[in-house]
Amino acid sequence: MGKTLAEKILTAKSKTDAKAGDIVIANVDLAFVQDTTGPLTVRQFKESGFRKIAEPERTVIFLDHAAPSAARQLSNDHVLLRRFAKETGCYIYEVGDGVCHQLVAEHFAKPGDIIVGSDSHTVTAGALGAFATGMGSSDVAVALALGKTWFRVPETFFINLRGTFSKGVYAKDLILYLIGQMGADGATYKALEFGGEALAHITMSQRLTIANMAVEAGAKVGLFPSDEVTQGFLTTQGRSDSYRPLYPDADAHYERVISLNIAELEPMVSLPLTVDNVFPVGKAKGIIIQQVFIGTCTNGRLEDLAVAASILQDKKRFPDTRLLVAPASRQVLTQAIDNGYIRALVEAGATILPPGCAACLGLHQGVLGDGEVCLSTANRNFRGRMGNPEATIYLASSATAAASAIRGEITDPREAM
Amino acid sequence: MSDITLKGKAIKLGDNISTDLIIPGRYAHLRSNLPELAKHALEDADPTFVSRVKPGDFLVAGENFGLGSSREHAPVVIKMVGISAILARSVARIFFRNAINQGVPVLLCDTDKISDGDKLEINLTDGIVTNLTSGAKLSCGKVPPLMSAILEEGGLIPYIQKYKDFVIASKAKQS
Repeated sequence: MGKTLAEKILTAKSKTDAKAGDIVIANVDLAFVQDTTGPLTVRQFKESGFRKIAEPERTVIFLDHAAPSAARQLSNDHVLLRRFAKETGCYIYEVGDGVCHQLVAEHFAKPGDIIVGSDSHTVTAGALGAFATGMGSSDVAVALALGKTWFRVPETFFINLRGTFSKGVYAKDLILYLIGQMGADGATYKALEFGGEALAHITMSQRLTIANMAVEAGAKVGLFPSDEVTQGFLTTQGRSDSYRPLYPDADAHYERVISLNIAELEPMVSLPLTVDNVFPVGKAKGIIIQQVFIGTCTNGRLEDLAVAASILQDKKRFPDTRLLVAPASRQVLTQAIDNGYIRALVEAGATILPPGCAACLGLHQGVLGDGEVCLSTANRNFRGRMGNPEATIYLASSATAAASAIRGEITDPREAM
Repeated sequence: MSDITLKGKAIKLGDNISTDLIIPGRYAHLRSNLPELAKHALEDADPTFVSRVKPGDFLVAGENFGLGSSREHAPVVIKMVGISAILARSVARIFFRNAINQGVPVLLCDTDKISDGDKLEINLTDGIVTNLTSGAKLSCGKVPPLMSAILEEGGLIPYIQKYKDFVIASKAKQS
């Protein structure tokens, strides 16, 4: 019996014949924490009696969730993490460098890696063929100390994609559609593996969007095979030596196969209060919005800012609708400046936030008021997610977000293109 | 392992209780002050939760409990307010592992057969929940032996302090 991507990676890293359902111990290629889960990780690491990190050059701290800090206590958490980085010799990315998952994709992840992070959207690096998954602080603390962790080898759902996206339809619409089909717990404990002829036309930016939201269907990982797109991305990032071929066996066993012609997809929107509450954008058309948020590990990349800038070029946001834009990393920001996207967005009335998580999780930089509605390109619309349980959140692509900012209501982006 | 039996009252919540509902991001500034953080446990899902939970009570939920963020603070605050076990129809993956790592048993069973306030007895050894109020007996799925061993030690940190490493499968002590 052949192996899925998940089984192949876990076989190589555990040095066992890993099959779905097995429990394996595997070496970790990269372990990371961020600033809202890192302090607990550090305390647990110390409480366990550990002093040294197993692989400091494979360990990273990211200050991105509260960045810059909005409160004294969060500033003190940053102090704790900076001190830990000095003590242990691990990497640290500072306030303004960007969202952890984008930085992992730009600088660290490679095909066949095992990556654990104390953040649920660690799955993002699956776009590069890394078995990347979110864990809690205890698990990451132990992974830091031992350089390894345990996994239950997941069963795999194969998502077989063909066709090319229609005008106005993007990777976000695809993954929202799939989550709507599977349900928010439809892939719990499973691996999602993406494949099919459509992949040749799905860019790394789009793959990162898709893998990022695998966890919103409950999945443990969202994996792509490596190919020319992977190789091209790594080369652009100056990491061509990180490339290696990675693909599933032709006779791999999949628990479920979902086939989809992506040409048939429409722009989608996820309605409150769960991510799987997905409909074509027409269902939410006309809903008045007070805030639009473009950014995050889901949709804060250069391609997202490019499409938003193209829609908002020489236009203005609706006067009663705030438009917040947070590039996912410093690299994205500088490229967006060079390409003129930032000027177009600012002239359209956008507020540019520093690279980081920004308004996504309700800490700062765009907390909603009572009764307010936000259209966000992020990945969660749970009650209270953006800092106020009396506010509501809709999720969509950056194109839908940009088109909606112009009208002040949820809008089909095809009407603005 | 000798039989471990827990007794307590059910506090019933609904489906899709996210970690944002268990402990909202807006309280992230309290994450290094856990006793203060715990005062806000589940307040957006059930504002009466903290005031009515008694030490030893069980948190009983529906589908996909603990979905969302990997914040381990979610099971930490649930434990701190006195919950001794979590019962749900289904539990999100990261939360499941985090709760076990905090030494909080998580049992998957048909929680439709449990009402708010019911008295329950849980036999952790054979995974049977008895609803002492209704008389119903519910059987729960087994967790992998490694997770049982972590739970037995009271969580991942005490487990690692004891064993210094993961001990699995053939090497795991059979008890």
